Amino acid sequence: MYLVETGSEHKAGFIRKYVFSTDHKIVGLQYFFTAFAMAIFGGLLSILMRLQLGWPSRMWPMLETIFPVGMAGGVMSPEFYLALQTMHGTIMAIFVLTALFTGAFGNYLIPLQIGARDMAFPLLNMLSYWVYLLSCIVLVLAFFVEGGAPISGWTAYAPLSAIPESGPGQAMGQNLWLVAIALFTVSSMMGVLNYITTIVQARTKGMTMSRVPLNIWGMLSASIISIMVFPVLLGAGVLLLADRIGGTSFFVPAGLVMGDKLIPHSGGHPLLWQHLFWFFGHPEVYIVIVPAMGIAAEIIATFIRKPVFGYRIMAGCWIAVVALSMVVWGHHMFVSGMNPFLGGFFALATLLITVPSAILVLCWVVSLYGARIQFTTPMLFALGFVSIFVTGGLGGFFLGSAWTDIQLHDTYFVVGHFHLTMAMSPLFAAFAGVYYWFPRISGRMMNERLGRVHFWISIAGAYAIFLTMHVMGVGGMLRHSYDTTQYDFLKHLQPLNVFVSFAAFALAASQLIFILNFLVSLFRGPRAEANPWKANTLEWAAPAPIPHGNWGAVTPEVHRWPYDYMVPDGGEDFLPQNAPAAVLENKRF
Amino acid sequence: MLAAFLVLLVVFSAGLFLQRQWWLPSLASVHGVDIDRVFLATLVITGVLFIGLQLLLAYFSVRYREQQGRPAQCWVRPGLEKRFAVIAAVIIFGVDIAIFAMGESEWFKAWGAAPPGAEIIEVTGEQFMWHFRYPGQDKSFGRTEPRLVSATNPLGLDPQDPAGKDDVLSTNLLHLVVDKPVRLQLRAKDVIHSFFLPNLRVKQDVVPGMRIEVWFQPAKAGVYEIACAQLCGLGHYRMRAFLTVQPQAEFEKWLTELREGGD
Repeated sequence: MYLVETGSEHKAGFIRKYVFSTDHKIVGLQYFFTAFAMAIFGGLLSILMRLQLGWPSRMWPMLETIFPVGMAGGVMSPEFYLALQTMHGTIMAIFVLTALFTGAFGNYLIPLQIGARDMAFPLLNMLSYWVYLLSCIVLVLAFFVEGGAPISGWTAYAPLSAIPESGPGQAMGQNLWLVAIALFTVSSMMGVLNYITTIVQARTKGMTMSRVPLNIWGMLSASIISIMVFPVLLGAGVLLLADRIGGTSFFVPAGLVMGDKLIPHSGGHPLLWQHLFWFFGHPEVYIVIVPAMGIAAEIIATFIRKPVFGYRIMAGCWIAVVALSMVVWGHHMFVSGMNPFLGGFFALATLLITVPSAILVLCWVVSLYGARIQFTTPMLFALGFVSIFVTGGLGGFFLGSAWTDIQLHDTYFVVGHFHLTMAMSPLFAAFAGVYYWFPRISGRMMNERLGRVHFWISIAGAYAIFLTMHVMGVGGMLRHSYDTTQYDFLKHLQPLNVFVSFAAFALAASQLIFILNFLVSLFRGPRAEANPWKANTLEWAAPAPIPHGNWGAVTPEVHRWPYDYMVPDGGEDFLPQNAPAAVLENKRF
Repeated sequence: MLAAFLVLLVVFSAGLFLQRQWWLPSLASVHGVDIDRVFLATLVITGVLFIGLQLLLAYFSVRYREQQGRPAQCWVRPGLEKRFAVIAAVIIFGVDIAIFAMGESEWFKAWGAAPPGAEIIEVTGEQFMWHFRYPGQDKSFGRTEPRLVSATNPLGLDPQDPAGKDDVLSTNLLHLVVDKPVRLQLRAKDVIHSFFLPNLRVKQDVVPGMRIEVWFQPAKAGVYEIACAQLCGLGHYRMRAFLTVQPQAEFEKWLTELREGGD
């Protein structure tokens, strides 16, 4: 291939090797650990929110020492609650999940699975990570400036986000938020350009597009969506920043009065921000879920020990999702004041995207038919992913139809729905991926027993929290609300809020099992075999540990697709992609 | 074990959605009947899909778990995958169209013109309260100017405009006549709010710079809550108002008292 054979023996100092490294594996791990740290941070924010929601305005004197302003007197202030909410959403949706899939898994796996030596542009790849780290730091800094973090939600609807006078946190905090988003966008651009170019250009000999692993199809699809929609977010962010500090009025109409003070802007339109934001915001869901699907499909394909069902169909479905993902954004805006005819169009487009999504689910379920399922921890998490994605996806029928959305919009039905589809199911896929590729990365196995305990508590917790939220939403429970006991029609739902809070604490605590398992296994886990899951994809064929440049003198040659399992020759039941052509070459499964 | 969990999940979820204790807020509008009906139909369709898929997943994970001496079966024949995808696509597309047709026919009907003779009321959202303006005898609202807004003139009503002389302003209290269609014109002074009547199945964002009209018909007398459903700032959670749906005579009495009290 065109990548220069650098030779794996090149010597580099510690800094070049582990910190400012251009090696895609190191960059991938840096992405992983940064995203993981952000996930812990974002998760802790949600625990604080659950304290307030379960027991509104209760005193927590201990917390005052940690948050002397936000919890002055031990009671959470409304602006601190909204800041937590804004930062939790922003961190989790963008700075964790986007970075975790394309950034961490994409970086580590793409070159290995297609038999490349590195990303097409290694330096750009390194830069992508460092800009990402910078964006995380800028975002977290928003907590420490005058007024605190922004309170306008991760969607930052204008004019709330455009006028500093609209509330605490809306001054410097919102500016930092916008700068962080812009930096993240730039980092993401550098990353996905790399992933697309690498997948298209750097595949090894014999690795045709109909032979790349399903994970690669997922990564490619998500990267294409990213490159189409992230620039729009960047543009919108720059315009909003201009409105805030440059005196322009893209999103602010004339005649606003805040605190009896006339706001001098005129000529803008608040819905313009929503259109631009959701043109990014909805595809963002697919930027997260499509690679998660790819990882889950990859793991399911390994542990059914038979050829996966519908390889080409899945690839086709992802391409369909890429195309449709960009014409459904308006379903976030059914009650926004947008022309109702547009609402009708977006409802139809949204319902149509269930077709490829449902076929993907059916491919995984049907793949199990006639299989010999090995219930390893990664497989449990992958099947958990399928179950949760099905449940979350079905909620989409209520919200994708404009008519039923009227009542459910801005209630916990929406919160439950998107947490199942774009938070819990991707998280399950990510856990599946960690348990699955951990031996490849560290040379050691993770503990299966602890892995199972982690799985059972996680899936029970995920359903307990987010299914219950659906029911609360049907009852009308309002989201973005600091204290829903203010409303009489919501009072009878408060026991559910308490239940959800307890379930959230249990779910969060159970993640300690994972962290413990991860850390102990990293140093003390039993040594892994070269290919412990008996998988066919190329990453398992690389030497251990994998050197810079991945392969020896020549990159491997690929002879078949990656899902030749249950080969009937009496020996092993799998046939790696790079195994020399055998008599079975022409056998079509 | 996964199978057992999934079966439990199905039972638990079915119970959760069949109980009546936590359900849609009691209904008090005419079009709300159609929203609830479509909601219920969608729940039945998705419920069947939910139970079917989760139980299938459960069954397969028991039936095809790894067992000594039982190899995997390879049953995929060329052409089968394609047929499968086409059939699945057609079925899912059918479900989509059914749900779309069911909901969107009502959606467009609701956005059609209001019946003649419907009362017009202006609703203005501001951080963190609701103002309701009745046009009075002349059926037209007086002009408002943002620069005239003050603590005593929250909407910035222009005193020079004769049309505004008989306008009646009410803050956080909205009264409507039962069984009589009403047109609400929604405006905002500062940021986006959302006018939510949970019992009447009405929700519409209130956007500064826009005047958005919705109409509906209250069907049951009573006192209901009005909530702001769109994040609008730190007091969003307490941006609450009250709706009283009452007979015409009582409504007139209330409006007269309010007008006289305001003079």
